[in-house]
Amino acid sequence: MLDVSGLKKVYEGSGRRVEAVRDLTFTVDAGELVCLVGPSGCGKTTLLKCVGGLLTPTAGEVLVGGRRVTGPPPDMAVVFQEYGRSLFPWMRVRENVELPLRQKKLSSGRRRELVADALASVGLTDAAGAYPWQLSGGMQQRVAIARALAYEPEVLLMDEPFAAVDAQTRADLEDLVRGLWRQRGITILFVTHDIDEAVYLGERVLILSSSPTVVQEQLKVDLPADRDQLHTRVAPRFAELRTHVYEQIQAAKRGTPVDRVVKDLRSDAPPTK
Amino acid sequence: MRGTNALLGAAGLTAFLALGEAVPRLGLVDEDYFPPTSRIADALATEFADEAFWTALGDTLTGWAIGLTIAVIAGILAGILISVTPYLREATASTIEFLRPIPSVALIPLAVLLYGTELRSVLLLVVYASFWQVLVQVMYGVQDVDPVAEETARSYGLGTWARVRHVLWPTALPYVMTGVRLAAAVALILAVTAELVIGAPGLGARIAVAQTSQAVPEMYALVVVTGLLGLLINVGARTVERRALAWHQSVRGEVAV
Amino acid sequence: MNGLERVMLRLFLVVALPAVLVVAWWFASDDSTDIYWPPLRTILSTFPDVWTGERLREDVLPSLLRLSAGYACAAVAGVALGTVIGSYRRVRAVCEPVLEFLRAVPPPVLVPVIMLFAGIGDTMKIAVIASGCVWPILLNTVEGVRAVDSVMSETARSYGVTGVARLRHLVLRSASPQIFAGLRQALSIGIILMVISEMFAASNGLGFTIVQFQRGFAIPDMWTGILLLGLLGFVLSVVFRLVERRALGWYHGLRDASRRSS
Repeated sequence: MLDVSGLKKVYEGSGRRVEAVRDLTFTVDAGELVCLVGPSGCGKTTLLKCVGGLLTPTAGEVLVGGRRVTGPPPDMAVVFQEYGRSLFPWMRVRENVELPLRQKKLSSGRRRELVADALASVGLTDAAGAYPWQLSGGMQQRVAIARALAYEPEVLLMDEPFAAVDAQTRADLEDLVRGLWRQRGITILFVTHDIDEAVYLGERVLILSSSPTVVQEQLKVDLPADRDQLHTRVAPRFAELRTHVYEQIQAAKRGTPVDRVVKDLRSDAPPTK
Repeated sequence: MRGTNALLGAAGLTAFLALGEAVPRLGLVDEDYFPPTSRIADALATEFADEAFWTALGDTLTGWAIGLTIAVIAGILAGILISVTPYLREATASTIEFLRPIPSVALIPLAVLLYGTELRSVLLLVVYASFWQVLVQVMYGVQDVDPVAEETARSYGLGTWARVRHVLWPTALPYVMTGVRLAAAVALILAVTAELVIGAPGLGARIAVAQTSQAVPEMYALVVVTGLLGLLINVGARTVERRALAWHQSVRGEVAV
Repeated sequence: MNGLERVMLRLFLVVALPAVLVVAWWFASDDSTDIYWPPLRTILSTFPDVWTGERLREDVLPSLLRLSAGYACAAVAGVALGTVIGSYRRVRAVCEPVLEFLRAVPPPVLVPVIMLFAGIGDTMKIAVIASGCVWPILLNTVEGVRAVDSVMSETARSYGVTGVARLRHLVLRSASPQIFAGLRQALSIGIILMVISEMFAASNGLGFTIVQFQRGFAIPDMWTGILLLGLLGFVLSVVFRLVERRALGWYHGLRDASRRSS
């Protein structure tokens, strides 16, 4: 579904040249939930913006459903971290969710259906008439998720969406995302700096090196499909996986060469390219 | 980035002046009503050589400066007094809201009757209009005072005057500067307007004379002068504001715990 | 202090000072023989005689119509141009010095200039009002359009909200608080210019009438005119505030919410 090959992004400006992303190559299959983790400043957001067509890469290409991404593709939706700055404060919740649909040339009846459905699946049917700033942070992020859902995207990009939310709300939202994913079978690329979150949510975890960024390792998360905050997080396998990811990230921060660390704890799928 | 912007700006200005030259000469507008830039420039040079022009400029600036000073002092005093006296703010709110939108030009006939073409009629208008700008900003500034800081000062036994000096004034200062900047612009407008309409000595009166004697390029030249004057005042006020606040910020930085 | 007492106190504070001032004016001027300061009693009693229905129709109404026309032109032009200039960094850089100069010219000074082109009729007055009102609207629109939040802008882009839709749903709505600030400033300037253009050259209008009274030494009548002008300024500002509160309800709510949380 999503193919990233040789992605490179260099920022040039006022005499400085910053290579944020050096060479990123990975694939996300249809219906997969893949998490991207990496040390701070490793270009996660740059990567996501390139994938989402909001930034033009210096080299390399991104394919969504086989088509090259040159601008924001119509079957992709993004959920940003700063929900307060992403939702339009002059529109009510239902109008916010409906806005992207107006670009899609759907009948107003169909739009209303999609909006109601999306709000119901995030549990905000009662808040449809409220303004975003009247809601709590967690609820605002749900609105943003509903907006993405109503858009019926093939691919959903989430850029550290729960970083600005408190821990308990984050747990609820993680479960929400996983639940929606299992229901609807969307392809999700989830960027986070929270290692536990990445392992909890993902089917696969891509560990990024520090800047200039490459894919340091791909890790398959072989936890059962039914996960919950209480039990999964204390499972021994979870602890092993997260420790491994943590070690990799520490190594990335130190700049240790990007060799595969051979441990029988790890079981990953080699890149398909 | 800055350099490119400056270049683009210069290009825009040049294009504007060139347009001002070309359009009348091409006959798109009547040259008598809209002289080309070069003729306006000539008239401007003539004005600069004329002593009467400089007198008029001085008159305008005098009216502006005196009026502004009175308005600023009165505005700051009134603003502080209203804000620190309990209940006075609420009591005066309705009066201020009613008096503020009254256009200063409503006082023109009164000024004419009372003071004729003296400086005082200019001052009446300038002070009236500028006072509100300062007052409103001062009151915003006082409202912005951190209640915690105020409480702390009070608990340390600082009297009203000390509190005004150490808590109120530093917080209100940026707003006061904004008020002064706005008042300075308004003061110029009213000064020139008073001279234009009433005939008190100054640039405005000179423009009126140029108009009645059909000296069109001179009229345009004087309009340009008022524009430049306004520009200088705006830029000057913004610079003063930045300087005063730079000092202010660093002081605040020290005091902040 | 219970609820009712609080309401009474507020009402008292709102009314007290104005009442005191009016009463003081009344009594201070009551036996005045100064022709410039007639007794308030005289002014108030002259009011209905001067401002009859006919005069309101023939003088006040045209003034208001001219104000509305000039203001509307300035609003449309200001917002349109401001949006264009604010949306493109280069355009803004090119226009900036010229705009800074033009807006620094005191608007009343343009009355003689515009009189050259437009004579002394209604067109002249509307042009004067428009030329003065356009600057705060234009400059504030530029600022508002420039300051559209980058995250919001990216969100719109990622969902394919571009072009006219983007302008309508994102840019103009986001800039509207700033635009309204410009509209408010423009209103006070507009009133001033309405009066001045009529004092200069007119055959009817509120400003014209007041000046006629002054020239004819009909002092109480002049005062009623001043009062009416003041009242007009006040009423227009109240109307404006009501309109703004409706249009920017979301903005006030947003600010209150963020103020409460911080």
